[in-house]
Amino acid sequence: MTAHPERGVPATGPGAAPERPGVVQTPDDPGPRGAIAKRAPRKWPLAWLGLVPFLLFVFAFMLLPTFSIVTGSFEDGKGNFTMDNFVHLFRPDILDSYLITIKVSGATALLGGLLGFLIAYAITLGGLPKPFRSFMATFSGVASNFAGVPLAFAFISTLGRVGFVTVLLRTVFGIDLYGAGFNLYSFWGLSLTYTYFQIPLMVLIITPALDGMKKEWREAAENLGASPLQYWARVGIPVLLPSLLAALILLFGNAFGAYATAYALTGGLINLVPILIGAQIRGNVLHDSQLGYALAFGMVIVMTISILAYSWLQRLSSRWVK
Amino acid sequence: MSNRKTRHGTGVRKAFSWLWMIIGLVYFFLPLAATFLFSLKGKKGVLSFVAYQHVFADPKFLKTFGFSLEMSILTVIIGLALIVPTAIWIHLKLPKAKPVIEFFTLLPFVIPPIILAFGLIRIYSRPPFAIVSSPLLLVAGYVIIAFPYIYKSVDAGLRAMDLRGLTEAAQSLGAGWLTLLFQVILPNLRTALLSALFLTFAIVIGELTLAVLLAWPAFGPYMALMGRNLAYEPAALAILSFGMTWGAIGLIQAVSRGRPGQGSNLGGTH
Repeated sequence: MTAHPERGVPATGPGAAPERPGVVQTPDDPGPRGAIAKRAPRKWPLAWLGLVPFLLFVFAFMLLPTFSIVTGSFEDGKGNFTMDNFVHLFRPDILDSYLITIKVSGATALLGGLLGFLIAYAITLGGLPKPFRSFMATFSGVASNFAGVPLAFAFISTLGRVGFVTVLLRTVFGIDLYGAGFNLYSFWGLSLTYTYFQIPLMVLIITPALDGMKKEWREAAENLGASPLQYWARVGIPVLLPSLLAALILLFGNAFGAYATAYALTGGLINLVPILIGAQIRGNVLHDSQLGYALAFGMVIVMTISILAYSWLQRLSSRWVK
Repeated sequence: MSNRKTRHGTGVRKAFSWLWMIIGLVYFFLPLAATFLFSLKGKKGVLSFVAYQHVFADPKFLKTFGFSLEMSILTVIIGLALIVPTAIWIHLKLPKAKPVIEFFTLLPFVIPPIILAFGLIRIYSRPPFAIVSSPLLLVAGYVIIAFPYIYKSVDAGLRAMDLRGLTEAAQSLGAGWLTLLFQVILPNLRTALLSALFLTFAIVIGELTLAVLLAWPAFGPYMALMGRNLAYEPAALAILSFGMTWGAIGLIQAVSRGRPGQGSNLGGTH
């Protein structure tokens, strides 16, 4: 089984490895150094040794590969340092692909986030019968895992050109979706499909935050004469805001990195960034092998910003949700 | 008067909740129902299971499914072998390291599989580690993807039991480390291990990105290929996949019933 030998990955030293597994020896807590010194100072490094197999695996198969993308984007085809790859990022077709990916991710994060929030509200504070809640929780677990190829097939069977709903609407109700300009293999089709896994993900993420909303807050607001709208505008949303934003970021990143669904749905018709990277790896389409690294690097940057923003917001929201 | 107002508010709130619940259910079930009906149209004019028959009759179906099944079993074994001792170690000896490990097990959530695949190919397709042609690289990638799920299950299982108390009791009765692990801790972790198993299965069995980019004849790429060429069989495959995911998650719920902190599951590979 030879996987793309033709791709001639540039031969530099094995990845420059800047992330030393130094974590192993450093108790990452410089604060109470005195306390550590007081208790048998030599015990810590030994105990940390127990984590070596795990950390080695993580280093070899997650950190090193991801970091090699970063170094690769600074190299030309022969392994020399260059910044050219980033210049290519500003080619109109590449910019377009980032733009459409951001649009799809943003739209599905907002749409899925809104619907997911409302459903989560319904099963937590909304006063629906209990069974609905456990059903929705289980179902969300299933549906958020029901992605990739089968999900694409489900939407093709439903809203494709001869899909069940498309045909039903045309023959029974006389509504011609495709005549009206809808196309499953376009922005809206892709967004509708992604939203299918975004909604349940939002339900799973935001339910604990809604559970953390104290009844007393609402009662206090009502006693002071607030309408539900006022309560949500002045208390509910501000309290939930960090959690909501964090969830939206997670949804955005989730859609931004999605490859399987888009691959199976459009077969590469829409030039999403992951699709372009995939084409790069498989060695067709763009004949500029280094461009793949730059594209992937752009993606790593987007992801890094998301993680940082997410953890910052998490810290903010942990003030309320306990 | 304030009382009546509140009751009125509850009514509005309930109606509002029902509305969004119903919209959600329609969004979730309409595509499933449509796909199911579509999958029955394999024969012109009548509803039949002929598309399913075609799927099962295709030798490639069993072959690719078997391959992915093998991969998921290897993933579970390696993943558990890495995570279980590490998690136990942290609980017993090194609570301080918990945030570090948690960070690393959550990272795969934000590293898209496409980036992981790209990096794995770059590192492991040339000396000194030219292992790109071994299925073990695919498994290694799957283990990384499955980390968050496996860790969450195992951690929840460990937290639900009194690990320190059990350890001290066992050791004061003269049990060694191996006895402790296999006779005391693992039996108590049964539920957690099973949920890790089913979740990993649900994730790996239809995985496309790593399989397609590392060029393995797995179930995900097989399904994608079917989608290019056929109409009704892919619908049947989608229904079968959904059934399997539902089965796996349902089994987790069943085995973890009544136990706290288990059976939660986030996300997947898209």
